[in-house]
Amino acid sequence: MITELATTMIKMPSIDYLAILPVLILIGGAVLIMAITAMVPGGLRRDVATAMTVTTALAALISSLVEWHRVLVQGATTTIAHAIVMDGFSVFMAIAVSSCVILASLIGHDYLKREDISSAEYLILALISAAGAVLMASANDLVVIFLALEILSIALYVLVAFNPRRAESGEAALKYFILGGFSSAVFVYGIALTYGATGTTNLTQIVDFLGQNTAQHPGLLYAGLGLMIVGFAFKVAAVPFHFWTPDVYQGAPSPVTGFMAAVAKIGGFAALLRVLLSAFGTQAATWQPIIYALAVASLLLGALLMVVQRDVKRMMAYSSINHAGFILLGVEAATTRGVQAALYYLFAYAIMTVGVFGVITLVSGNGDRDTDIASYRGLLRRSPLLGACLVVLLLAQAGAPFTTGLFAKLGVLSAAVSVGSWPLALIAMVSAVISGFAYLRLTLISVRPVGAPTDVDELGVETGVSAPMHHLGATLMLEEELPTEVEIAHVGVSPVALTGVTLAAAFTIIFGIVPGPLLSLAHAATMSLLG
Amino acid sequence: MIHFAPVMLFFPLLGFLVLVTFGRRMGEKASGTIATVAIGLSFVAALITFLGLLGQSNREVTENLYTWIPVGSLHVNIALLVDPLSITMCLFVTFISALIHLYSTGYMHGERDATKFFVYLNLFVFSMLVLVLGNNLLLTFVGWEGVGVCSYWLVSYYFDKDAAASAGKKAFIYNRVGDVGLLLAMFLIFDKTGTLNYLDIFGHLGSFTTLAATMAVLALMLAAAGKSAQIPLFNWLPDAMEGPTPVSALIHAATMVTAGVYLLCRMNPLLSLSPDGRVVIAIIGGATAFVAATIGTSQRDIKKVLAFSTVSQIGFMVLAVGTGAYVAAIFLMICHAFYKALLFLGSGSVIHGLHGEQDIDRMGALRKFMPITFATFLIGWLAIAGVPPFASFWSKGDVLDSVYRHYPALWVLGIITAILTAYYMSRLFFLVFTGKARFDEPAADGRPAIHDPHESPKVMTIPLVVLAVGTLLVAGIDLPWMHAHTLKAFLEPVFTTNLYDPNESSGLQIILAAVDAIMAVIGIAVAWVAWRNGPDRPKLEPKFLANVWYWDNFYDAIIGRPGQRLAQEAARADVAVIDGAVMGAAAVVTKRAQALRRIQTGQVRHYALFIAAGLVAILVFLLVKAFHP
Amino acid sequence: MSIPGEWYLILAAILFGIGALGLLIRRNVLIMFMCVELMLNAANLTLVTFSRMLNDIGGQAAVFFVLVVAAAEVVVGLGIVVSIFRRRSTAVADDISSMKG
Repeated sequence: MITELATTMIKMPSIDYLAILPVLILIGGAVLIMAITAMVPGGLRRDVATAMTVTTALAALISSLVEWHRVLVQGATTTIAHAIVMDGFSVFMAIAVSSCVILASLIGHDYLKREDISSAEYLILALISAAGAVLMASANDLVVIFLALEILSIALYVLVAFNPRRAESGEAALKYFILGGFSSAVFVYGIALTYGATGTTNLTQIVDFLGQNTAQHPGLLYAGLGLMIVGFAFKVAAVPFHFWTPDVYQGAPSPVTGFMAAVAKIGGFAALLRVLLSAFGTQAATWQPIIYALAVASLLLGALLMVVQRDVKRMMAYSSINHAGFILLGVEAATTRGVQAALYYLFAYAIMTVGVFGVITLVSGNGDRDTDIASYRGLLRRSPLLGACLVVLLLAQAGAPFTTGLFAKLGVLSAAVSVGSWPLALIAMVSAVISGFAYLRLTLISVRPVGAPTDVDELGVETGVSAPMHHLGATLMLEEELPTEVEIAHVGVSPVALTGVTLAAAFTIIFGIVPGPLLSLAHAATMSLLG
Repeated sequence: MIHFAPVMLFFPLLGFLVLVTFGRRMGEKASGTIATVAIGLSFVAALITFLGLLGQSNREVTENLYTWIPVGSLHVNIALLVDPLSITMCLFVTFISALIHLYSTGYMHGERDATKFFVYLNLFVFSMLVLVLGNNLLLTFVGWEGVGVCSYWLVSYYFDKDAAASAGKKAFIYNRVGDVGLLLAMFLIFDKTGTLNYLDIFGHLGSFTTLAATMAVLALMLAAAGKSAQIPLFNWLPDAMEGPTPVSALIHAATMVTAGVYLLCRMNPLLSLSPDGRVVIAIIGGATAFVAATIGTSQRDIKKVLAFSTVSQIGFMVLAVGTGAYVAAIFLMICHAFYKALLFLGSGSVIHGLHGEQDIDRMGALRKFMPITFATFLIGWLAIAGVPPFASFWSKGDVLDSVYRHYPALWVLGIITAILTAYYMSRLFFLVFTGKARFDEPAADGRPAIHDPHESPKVMTIPLVVLAVGTLLVAGIDLPWMHAHTLKAFLEPVFTTNLYDPNESSGLQIILAAVDAIMAVIGIAVAWVAWRNGPDRPKLEPKFLANVWYWDNFYDAIIGRPGQRLAQEAARADVAVIDGAVMGAAAVVTKRAQALRRIQTGQVRHYALFIAAGLVAILVFLLVKAFHP
Repeated sequence: MSIPGEWYLILAAILFGIGALGLLIRRNVLIMFMCVELMLNAANLTLVTFSRMLNDIGGQAAVFFVLVVAAAEVVVGLGIVVSIFRRRSTAVADDISSMKG
């Protein structure tokens, strides 16, 4: 008996550390910063902490690029008992997430200084959350996806609650937490049912199972799939699982909002794409109608509610819902073209949104007070570079030419059309027109001079403009409501945050003029996902 | 020399970049000069390219600048397609724009933010050139959007003026509706042919069924309707005159509104696949021409009359496209560019001289005060009215000749429109320049008297004179008996067999021309009778009372009352139906959105309820699917 | 005594439903947390049941991960509640609704 025990070797799963290097770097960086903060009396200096975070994220980015090379040479590999897969798709997401972390930590730097909040924790949590997002993209097992989702989310709950002086911050965290917990539980239940139906949680084995057997328990399988879709839809803020979005985006500290808008969406869509297209690719006809409905609802509700917002953060929250609808357009197509377009859109959107929230962070000033649309009056004059970046980023979100936004929108639209989803494409175009107003309104407000007279002389009214136009002016553009003498706070622009915003804007323009590299990256990632 | 094509784009772009960077430091005068010179050089480059194209037998050159999207199935270059059609467009666009720029340096003198004005102006011309020269639909779309956004900025230039801000938004909304049409057309075409490149599309036309072609043509027509102000999207254009007058001239004459017609001409091989689509185009064009002309007869604002006349004239161009008479459309477009720019700049000169007064009730007798403006406006008036031997007589004549053969009913409508055109332009001319002065006493509604109307400065009158000379000469590019050697011969390769050539006997041609001329004279004569003495109905001597009543009644019965009513009805219908549809949609959007906001209650338990509801909906759907496959 | 596996599954489904319903009905934030825990544990029960029915250890292993996550969630959740309670002296979810629209 004893000898038998002694001779029984426990077989360890082989771990390919190189394959999980980006995750390891992100977590390692976080732990390192935590350790140093604990040891240095008086805590780590802000500049050092930010520099360390940027270095960590940069290292993760570089390791992802190395990984990219390896994937190109060796093809996809799985490791840790096939729970993790390293392929073009996961590397693509790692690159996107690392880029967002760099920008977000630059933008967060000034905020933390201004609000007098300890830097280290913010950065540590951001790194951990990012590690969760990367892991979500490379997970090949439903349980790992769940773990990654929670690593991403729990860090975000804390980040949202990060500003103790703002009541909204706590409220947002509570709402996010309760609903997040709710959706996590739904997600786990979905995993459990899928496990029951297929006998495994491993995605590759699920593919094999579905390929070999006609499901004996289609009810169980479909229910599991549906519950998991709900979990993902919550994370990517698709209607009707979006309700947390406006409140949380508004309440969270501005740089956190930018971070979560980008990183959580990347993580959510990465796992959604892998589960739906890779594991449940054969069931496309089953889930496509659901994605279709989610897309329609997100496109319309996001655009509609965006137009009537005055709070810029809330407006951008609805805009992110609208963008989620657009990305779902590519998912719904479930073709190479669709997935490629969705990936491109996701990357482009992530960078834009971090950039916009960087501007919001700087403009809103002490305590995130000035988030009203009127605070943006004359931003271009007050702070030319910041204003110019905002204009670029907003036009890009509207889908203007020579920005990444154009190809993002064109890509998903043409993907939808190519599979014959004409109604969906039309709805998307209409929603783009509607949301275009909101972007353009904010752009105009930023471009116009601060002290411009707003008096409306009688002649102006008399010149035969029809009544609906006045109505439109009053309701849609809100300009008449803007106070003439807004107290325009000085925009405290520091070089660090401005660098982050400028990088985001530069990315948006450069890859709009030269979209080739980003498109081929997305293409390669798609090919590795769909095989 | 053909390789000069990119230079056309380079100068406006350079001008834009210089002005946007250093503009404010350089001041109004320097920036105006730079902007004007940039467009002028662009014209020179267009001229050189044109000469180069003339000198070679291959008249279809693609200048590849750079590969924009190299990946996958969608391969798009940034490349210029230089062919007779695009170079013709470029020539007149740059020429007219350069003059308008020059004029603006005078007109905008002393305006706030004049520098920014020139920034937009240069960008506007650049976008237009991209639109025209792009060798694929995506690049054209980029220019298309650029023109739209620039027009929005320029129309709402006086943004603190309510009407201007609203007009800008209106232009934007109508244009976006049209843009959806262009996007739809792009997707349809890409779906069928796998390319967006014009020449490649024309090589893959075989994959279009008639239905698909008709859908694509209708989508293109929607796009053209938005940009070129056709029914049902025409009403933004008259409002767009809220912008500074040079902008109106630029939008109406040289750029923007011609874009839709250009697009339709460019896609002529596709149009040839869809006879139904062409009928729709012709009907829309004819109807727009007529409706806009009736509205033009009852406008009191000098710029509004011109604005509706633009809509009407573009309607003629679209009508020509619908009949397949593409050359006639382009010919009319060029002529129109000259005389409409002339008329708009002339009206700007009048407004400038009267210190901002735009009401034709408050003008009259200006020929004494503004001799140059008067003389040049006279030429523009005769040209648009279709009096032989001026421009419109030839160009509109060509259009109507084609229509006569193709759609006789539309020809009748066209002839009526021609009378109306002559009539409302004459009314405008008489009320502004002849009769008694009505501006030197205060108006009934309290507007002060204007005492010293003055001729405009040289920088404004020189463009007027140049344009007047151009208007006189422009018809020479395509006179009927020299078709074989002029514009028609030059453009023919672009349209090949798609070009509809009526080829009537010269006898019929002369009869039709005579009809056109008589209609122009009738229109002018009626206006002369009605309006030569001022804005109030003409009063004659008592001894002719019966006759006067007769004429008055006749006038009222035949032209006046129904005409007036029709015009009013048309205007009202437009506000109620089309404006209602588009603006109402916008209002509905905001209203619905306001209602929709209420579901976002702020209470976390309600959110959870919605999530649970969504969850149940998905589960029900899936389970039904699972057990009833 | 042996009980059919389906009964466990049905029990788990009922527990899950009770948890979800509780989240919708109860106003106290702490009880709402408990409801989330109930839902998570219902999922755990399902996993374990399937694990036994399929004779596969994977499902039971997954339960450990879920348990750990649930514990971590509670820690963070209580932290958030405490910080809100300090400011507003309320733990009623309906009161915390300053942001809407």
